[in-house]
Amino acid sequence: MSVATTTPEQAQRATTDAAPAGWRRLVPTPKVLILGVVALVVAYLAIVPLWFLIQGTFLDQNTSAFTLDGFTRAYTDDKAIEMMRNSIWFAVGSAVLSLVVGTALAFLNVRTDVPFKSLFFAGSIVPLIIPGILYTVAWIFLASPDIGLINYVLEPIFGKGVLDIYSVWGMIWVEGLHLSPITFLFMVAAFRAQDPSLEESALMSGASRWTVIRRITVPLLRPAIAASVLIMTVRALESFEVPALLGLQNGIYVFTSKIYFMLRTYPQDFNGAGALALGLLAIAALGMLVEHLMSKGAKAYQTVTGKGFRPRPIELGKWRPLAGAAIIGYFVLTVILPLLLLVYTSLLPYYQKPSGKAFKSMSLDNYNALLDMSKATTALKNSLFLGVAAATLVMILMAVAAWIVVRSGIRGRKLLDLLSFAPLVIPGLVLGLSLQFVYLRSPIAIYGTIWILLVAYCTRYLPYGMRYAVTSMQQISAELEESAAVSGATWWQVFRRVLLPLLMPGLLAGWIYIFVVSFRELSSSILLYSSGNEVLSILIWEQFENGSFTVLAALGVVMIAVLMVLVSIAYKLGAKVGLQQD
Amino acid sequence: MLEISNLIKSYPGDKAKKSGSQGARVFAINNVNLQVQQGEMFTLLGPSGCGKTTTLRSIAGLEHPDSGHISVKGRTLFQAGKGARTVNVAANRRGLGMVFQSYAIWPHMSVFDNVAFPLQVKPRSERPGKADIEQRVHRVLEVMELRQYADRQATKLSGGQQQRLALARALVIEPELLLLDEPLSNLDAKLRESLRYELKRLQRELGITSIYVTHDQIEALSLSSNIAVMRAGEVVQLGRPRDIYENPTSKFVAEFIGSSNFIHGDVVNRTGDNYVVDTAEGQLHLASSAEVPTGTKVSVSIRPETVDLTTQRPADLQNVLEGTVGTRAFLGDAVDHLVNVGKLEIRVRSLPNLSIEAGTKVFVKLPADKLALVPIG
Repeated sequence: MSVATTTPEQAQRATTDAAPAGWRRLVPTPKVLILGVVALVVAYLAIVPLWFLIQGTFLDQNTSAFTLDGFTRAYTDDKAIEMMRNSIWFAVGSAVLSLVVGTALAFLNVRTDVPFKSLFFAGSIVPLIIPGILYTVAWIFLASPDIGLINYVLEPIFGKGVLDIYSVWGMIWVEGLHLSPITFLFMVAAFRAQDPSLEESALMSGASRWTVIRRITVPLLRPAIAASVLIMTVRALESFEVPALLGLQNGIYVFTSKIYFMLRTYPQDFNGAGALALGLLAIAALGMLVEHLMSKGAKAYQTVTGKGFRPRPIELGKWRPLAGAAIIGYFVLTVILPLLLLVYTSLLPYYQKPSGKAFKSMSLDNYNALLDMSKATTALKNSLFLGVAAATLVMILMAVAAWIVVRSGIRGRKLLDLLSFAPLVIPGLVLGLSLQFVYLRSPIAIYGTIWILLVAYCTRYLPYGMRYAVTSMQQISAELEESAAVSGATWWQVFRRVLLPLLMPGLLAGWIYIFVVSFRELSSSILLYSSGNEVLSILIWEQFENGSFTVLAALGVVMIAVLMVLVSIAYKLGAKVGLQQD
Repeated sequence: MLEISNLIKSYPGDKAKKSGSQGARVFAINNVNLQVQQGEMFTLLGPSGCGKTTTLRSIAGLEHPDSGHISVKGRTLFQAGKGARTVNVAANRRGLGMVFQSYAIWPHMSVFDNVAFPLQVKPRSERPGKADIEQRVHRVLEVMELRQYADRQATKLSGGQQQRLALARALVIEPELLLLDEPLSNLDAKLRESLRYELKRLQRELGITSIYVTHDQIEALSLSSNIAVMRAGEVVQLGRPRDIYENPTSKFVAEFIGSSNFIHGDVVNRTGDNYVVDTAEGQLHLASSAEVPTGTKVSVSIRPETVDLTTQRPADLQNVLEGTVGTRAFLGDAVDHLVNVGKLEIRVRSLPNLSIEAGTKVFVKLPADKLALVPIG
């Protein structure tokens, strides 16, 4: 059919081409136009914020003259050393905690006959369905020195306020636990990728189970362990919710909370905040670079693998009940307690410890209040709109970008690949600050509107969209495309009628994933929102600052309910197209 | 030397898993009995899923059978079942050598360390001294021609070298029994062939009793002193390579090892080992040691390379069928003719100098001593 439609056109072109050869070449074909626009948009999203961040940092905010004052103020402050020490302590501590917990869980799950295996993966999606801000708030309810439930329970034994969540230890605890499911998934993949015959052959050589673990299993996992520590350290460094909610209370600053603090106190110090942001960006980029180099080096560890025989799980014997109890304990601590506490709080007129009186006072008043609160409905609408818009735009852009990177032979396609992955190293807060610089100065009047949030979300989630699109593009044989082209289809026809339908499952999975993460975005939004265009997570933040915990909890329960539905759809789809999200 | 009796290993079937009831179980190995003599190269041959690897892994101790008995040189390694005291020696206490399909070379160790590992992890009382270990590792590396690579990272070796390294590691403890799980299947065809002879020479020289698992009939025929052909968890035929090739006792074996022509018919006469089989295309005379009463429906099988093909009518017309050449295919070292005889199509493999055009009338002679009787089905 496509032959029939293109032939007359080509015939026509052949006749007209003969006469005025010159001007036709200047009119771009649809292919060139589409590819060009996509490449430009990606480049704009990835490069412009960084450029303005550098400008905003080095040019004085009032005189626009070159200055290093921002650095002086940010790094020679007598609190600066302490801030950096806190940052490193917090980030490394969280990474190590998540590594220990995540690896132990992964080992138990993949290599032993531990009970309750289905709980593992239920636990592993927690960071997706409970946003960091709600998780942190839940832990405040659990372990703050004055209202913490656990402190209340422990009071008869240890005295008042034995646990203090408002400390570096508390921050490490919350962040580490929140990251642990991600480490778990990462290490499960590593355990599974290991050829079980490497361990079996050690057994056959006469080595005991313990020797096998010590001399074969752990050394082979070393690259995965190192990579996960690096990634988790970077993620913890970039984390905003935990340090802001727990650290600011007692003046414990890390990079992100310090940047936020500098921008929320008047006079705003853009140069100083920029200097800190650049420092954070440099550390994050360095971490990612080292991780990338290491994973390249780890390829040397790959061997020929044969058929995948499931290794016989290690029988835990008398330790099995203990391991089972530990699993239940972990699940209760990371999933049940925080969720239960949010639901409990959302039903109370004011926050109080559980008691007969408290249970009697329970009602749905907070939820009713949400319905009457015009801000809440607007925020929900905004969040949904931004989720849909960001996910749609990113996936459309990335479908084309993935084609350029995977299929076209265009020179510089590697650069496009790099550009669409670049936002991965930009912490959310730094991106927020950069976009502030961009749209405070540029003539595009979107500052203070919902559109600047859309730009932020699109930029932040480009890398995720790219990963989904590239993975699905690689699964489609180039011959399918070539045979369509041989049949006479134009590039656009091939793309629309052959590639897009085949890519659809992958693009859809990516779409939902981006929807989910946009829906709970906080760290970029916090610097870019203005009154009237709040999103849900911002509203939660505001409620926290106002101290209205019960409304916050109700809002949180609503948000988690929406996320649960979205995430379960995402997982169904993800499983269908063979993608694992983290 | 190795004795396996009544070995059974089953898994809950798919249906049972879903409903949670004790439904039909799937047998990975169903009542396997084997005796392997000292110094033998014994092969378990069969298609994937036939239970050959499960049998090998049960010997190794990596798989836990439901019941049965396994012993090496009179030492019971595994025993379970009604009335028997349960014995299950751990894999790392069986003292066997094993080469895995993937070689399972430890990528984080050097060639030397890979080979030294089995000596280093011996119980302290049996562990040789450092100098002794070094000497023994170098000796086995010498035999495997890997001496000059001792300090190299194991993953930097080529496929063939990795295979020899895996063998060196299995042999360094001088095991009673060497288990080989499709050790050549990861190599390309050329290398596979040369390593096959290498393996045979080594096994012969070292005189080590070996169990070899493969799905490749050429490997099995060329390497083994005895072959057990397995199908669906059972041993269907056991014997020397030549016996199995020339006298398959079932259609499965005849088809799985080499290729065969099958002609259906009824046994009409039998005197001693001599049978007369009536087929749609005429009577066939053959000799077989199988016990088949007259009147039974049977298949007569014959290998394509044992069929004689001529354009002239032979003098002796016993077992001669008349037909036309359908298709001719030149294979380099041989030529195949597909001859249509009535409704039958008989494949004839001959030396490449014979070439008969399609459509030519021909005579195929099926030599009586090359025909085998197999049950129908």
